[in-house]
Amino acid sequence: MSLVHRAWRHKSFAIGGVLVLLLIATALLSFVWTPYPAAELDIPNKLQLPSAAHWLGTDSLGRDIASLLIVGARNSIAVGVIAVGIGIGFGVALGLLAAARRGWVEELVMRFSDFAFAFPALLSAIMLTALYGPGLVTSIVAIGIFNVPVFARITRAAANGVWSREFVLAARACGKGATRITLDHVLPNIVAILVVQATIQFAVAILAEAALSYLGLGTQPPQPSWGRMLNEAQTLMFKAPLLAVYPGLAIALSVLGLNLMGDGLRDLMDPRLARAR
Amino acid sequence: MATLVAASVVIFAVLDILPGNAADVMLGESATVEARQALIARLGLDQPAPLRYFAWLKGLLTGELGESVSYSVPVAELINERLVVTAPLAVMAMGLTSVFALTLGIYAASRHNRLGDVGVMGLSQLGIAIPNFWFAILLILLFAVKLQWFSAGGFPGWSEDAGGGPWPAFKALLLPALALAVVQAAILARITRSAVLDVMREDFVRTARAKGLSQRQVLWRHVLRNAFVPVLTVMGLQFANLLTGTVVIENVFSLPGLGRLVFQAIANRDLIVVRNVVMLLAAAVIVINFVVDVLYVVIDPRLKGHAA
Repeated sequence: MSLVHRAWRHKSFAIGGVLVLLLIATALLSFVWTPYPAAELDIPNKLQLPSAAHWLGTDSLGRDIASLLIVGARNSIAVGVIAVGIGIGFGVALGLLAAARRGWVEELVMRFSDFAFAFPALLSAIMLTALYGPGLVTSIVAIGIFNVPVFARITRAAANGVWSREFVLAARACGKGATRITLDHVLPNIVAILVVQATIQFAVAILAEAALSYLGLGTQPPQPSWGRMLNEAQTLMFKAPLLAVYPGLAIALSVLGLNLMGDGLRDLMDPRLARAR
Repeated sequence: MATLVAASVVIFAVLDILPGNAADVMLGESATVEARQALIARLGLDQPAPLRYFAWLKGLLTGELGESVSYSVPVAELINERLVVTAPLAVMAMGLTSVFALTLGIYAASRHNRLGDVGVMGLSQLGIAIPNFWFAILLILLFAVKLQWFSAGGFPGWSEDAGGGPWPAFKALLLPALALAVVQAAILARITRSAVLDVMREDFVRTARAKGLSQRQVLWRHVLRNAFVPVLTVMGLQFANLLTGTVVIENVFSLPGLGRLVFQAIANRDLIVVRNVVMLLAAAVIVINFVVDVLYVVIDPRLKGHAA
């Protein structure tokens, strides 16, 4: 049975995959169509309940909620991709370097990652915001910085396991250098673990960006953001409680989908479970 | 200690050196030359950076954290005022996390692969996916807006003289603590279940069952104390996460804690307050992680030999 076939028969992966595809499809859709322009104000029709004209109603400025959610999906994906990209780019490189060089290099990289864990995305964003002002770029950089030690640690641990394998010892005996071994043998053998972690960190990035935008440190108006929609909805809780439900649901379903997919991928790539099948 | 020092260097570099002149950031572009010079003299910004850094370090150790530019009160005083909200909130959240997570995790492990286990794991997946600030808003919608059992935000104070009291203050922190606890409880429940299942597969557990002990007796007498080691270490790490989580939740419930303080300081461009509060939170995370590392060796005697 092929991996793809096995993947879609795995409950967690299937449910998670459907939710993630929905998220990606929504984000792609936002480039070609939304029910209304997301930034279009319509004050006379503010705070409308769901109807045929506005499927999820309107907000305090008359903007269509469904359109805001659809465009907000684009934002969430962008943050996830770039922040995880930063984490993978720098973190994987550091982890591979630590595993290849060992000794003081490994020690230095691990101390750096221990130190970086003292700065969760939120604290990093606070510092950067105090300096450069709030914005999407600041929040992406802050979340990305936090991803670096996560990927560095996982890469180093996984790479160390590969370095002790016989085929790597054989490659060294043949005279291959550390860089060549890292690229030809170590990296391909740890890609599966990195893919699983990337899925999980993508979910973390979406949550972090939503929290930062809720606090006003992330995406700035007029760019739609699920987190900021929640902030605006909170001020209208007594008048329009439904406004607080939709963006939170969008965040929760996206994160749930990514976590389920990550769990599914982990099970599918576990060689012990593969042998059992 | 090295991590703490490194953290202080980074925070100082980002918030004091990188802005160029902190006075320009704090006062903005429209400040007069006289105001700028006065602030530079008051904050000692004309001193070289290393001297300013060591002066700040000395202040951190002696509690002389300088004066807030926007509030014109000592920063230490501001932090102490806010700690009486943030610290109890974090402790309450940790308590709720432990109760929920341990109960659900042990229950799920004892019902492994049955409906109870599937239900708890499903709930924990939901708990991990739900943003804690959204859950906080939903709690406000239900308990404050709909049922009106709690207020939607604010903090009356611990003292009855100030119009508050222990019970009103506790009530004001209950919903925020619940919002903070749900995500951490979801994660900890999974870890508890996994730890208990791992121990239940051990040979000595099979031996205990073979000797005639019931499932419940084996669970309470043998399994749980062995499963607690990884659970306790994760609880320690989660306390650090809770501290940073209070930053968001305090803003949802308008609680006058450290989180609100740092955001008000950012809005006021009060870099002195931001620098000290960020250092306090980073130091708390570092110290807690260190204590967890030490406790891990203390709790599990098998690790003492490895540690040596």
